[in-house]
Amino acid sequence: MPAAKRRDLAVRAENVSLTYRTTFERVPTFKSAIVRFGRGERAVKEVHAVQDVSFEVEHGSTVGIIGANGAGKSTLMRMLAGILPPTKGRIEVHGRVSTLLSLGVGFNASLSGRENVVLGGLAGGLSRKQIQEKYEEIAAFAELGDFIDMPMRTYSSGMYQRLAFAVAVNMDPDILLIDEALSAGDAKFKQKAAAKMKDVVGTANTMFLVSHSAASIRDLCKEALWLHKGKMMMRGPSAEVNAAYNKFLEVGEDAFSLEDL
Amino acid sequence: MNATRVDEEFTSYVHVYEPHRAGLPKLGPYFRALWQRRQFAAELSRTGMRAANTNTTFGQLWLVINPLLLAIVYYILVAIISGGSRGNASETFVHLCAGLFFFYYFSGALQGGASSVVGGSSLLLNMPFPKLLLPLSAVRTAFFRFLPTLIVYVPIHLAFGHPLRWEMVLSLYFLVMLTLFAAGMAMVFGTLQVYFRDTASFLPYFVRIWLYLSPVLWYPELGIERLERAFGDVGWLMYLNPLFSMIGGWTDLIVRGVIPGPELWGAAAAWAIAAMVLGGWYFMSREREFVVRL
Repeated sequence: MPAAKRRDLAVRAENVSLTYRTTFERVPTFKSAIVRFGRGERAVKEVHAVQDVSFEVEHGSTVGIIGANGAGKSTLMRMLAGILPPTKGRIEVHGRVSTLLSLGVGFNASLSGRENVVLGGLAGGLSRKQIQEKYEEIAAFAELGDFIDMPMRTYSSGMYQRLAFAVAVNMDPDILLIDEALSAGDAKFKQKAAAKMKDVVGTANTMFLVSHSAASIRDLCKEALWLHKGKMMMRGPSAEVNAAYNKFLEVGEDAFSLEDL
Repeated sequence: MNATRVDEEFTSYVHVYEPHRAGLPKLGPYFRALWQRRQFAAELSRTGMRAANTNTTFGQLWLVINPLLLAIVYYILVAIISGGSRGNASETFVHLCAGLFFFYYFSGALQGGASSVVGGSSLLLNMPFPKLLLPLSAVRTAFFRFLPTLIVYVPIHLAFGHPLRWEMVLSLYFLVMLTLFAAGMAMVFGTLQVYFRDTASFLPYFVRIWLYLSPVLWYPELGIERLERAFGDVGWLMYLNPLFSMIGGWTDLIVRGVIPGPELWGAAAAWAIAAMVLGGWYFMSREREFVVRL
């Protein structure tokens, strides 16, 4: 059966790699370009952010993605969202995707939360009417009170994330991508968010969750996917993958092999 | 946040993401998605303009105060430079206002466009959308800053004894051409700024030089004359400056009620189309790489 007709399939990644070239300088400038040119150097460095990752995920599953900083977790999420096209391989996504990536909604801090929500929705291709309909739910869920109409530069980082989370989960996505959503929320909001995520999972939606918290991966995800330096180390039930990852952290990279498990 | 799209053709239920060859995205779906999200560009520009003046006392009034102050500064400049030696200082000043406001529309679009992509980086990192919306939104902002300057211009025009003529309507042609040209340039500089962050620092000087090379402080035919007197039969070189034909045609029609020659109409259209095509091609062929460059 051709993959496109399999409605139970949510995401399929086939040998997906992302390599990008970047300059050494954090901020590229003419001066450094000229200096380099004079020396006959090329300052491009290849970064293999994700290498040859393949997996299939069905609708209704929740997949936790774990791994150290720089393992390619966020890059993988961005590829699933269609923000970064892969340099090799193929990604097939069945359904509407809603993202909550690490930067959240507020892309212009001098605008109010409300304006940012509207702008984000319009950029995502929603109509004004659709955004109006969602807006009340979002505002209610985020519990920002009067702050919703204040410039976002006045927000605390927790408020920022609350709004971002409220936007992402209230868009009725088929596939929800959440990247480190709850690190700054207070305990009360974390509970509420966890409940909402369980809700999302319960309604047969698909969720990818990137988190450094082993507990939230264990609680929310049946499956987990472990990335290390861009490569997929392991995929399986979240408890097992978590255990392997923890062992890896204990013994260190060199001494570790998957056969030890 | 990018769920429930209206443009289901662009992102149907099944999305397939594959490596892109260097070059343009599929133009049909791209422009459909662009058109369907035009509201975003409008809203981005609207909220940006609102936010820009929220902390000021005069707020939106600055849209009128800015060109007024600009006119006063240049009035003083012209008054001092001409020193009363030339008789027609009033016409020079009206010409200068018309050209200057028109030029500032262009430079506003250019500078806004240059920072549009880098400035929208957190949105780019979070959402797939046709990124051409960002420079286009900057052009819209520049246009809505330009409109109040026309309101400032009309009393100046009348106060210096110039009548309203039917030829002024034709100047819309040059306005459209300048808008297209500015949009193309906004795309080029928006892309350049991603690769070389110094672009924004060079830009004000570049723009200032361009202002002096354009027929704002002088009349187009005088420019050609002076060039030919100095270097022989090379007056056509003036047309290499895209703004020569656009500002020249605009001020001829607005200030003097003279219908410019066909070469000004033609050059303006040629530059506008060239800028749109090249700018659009450059931007779209690069835009999928922006995310890893921010």
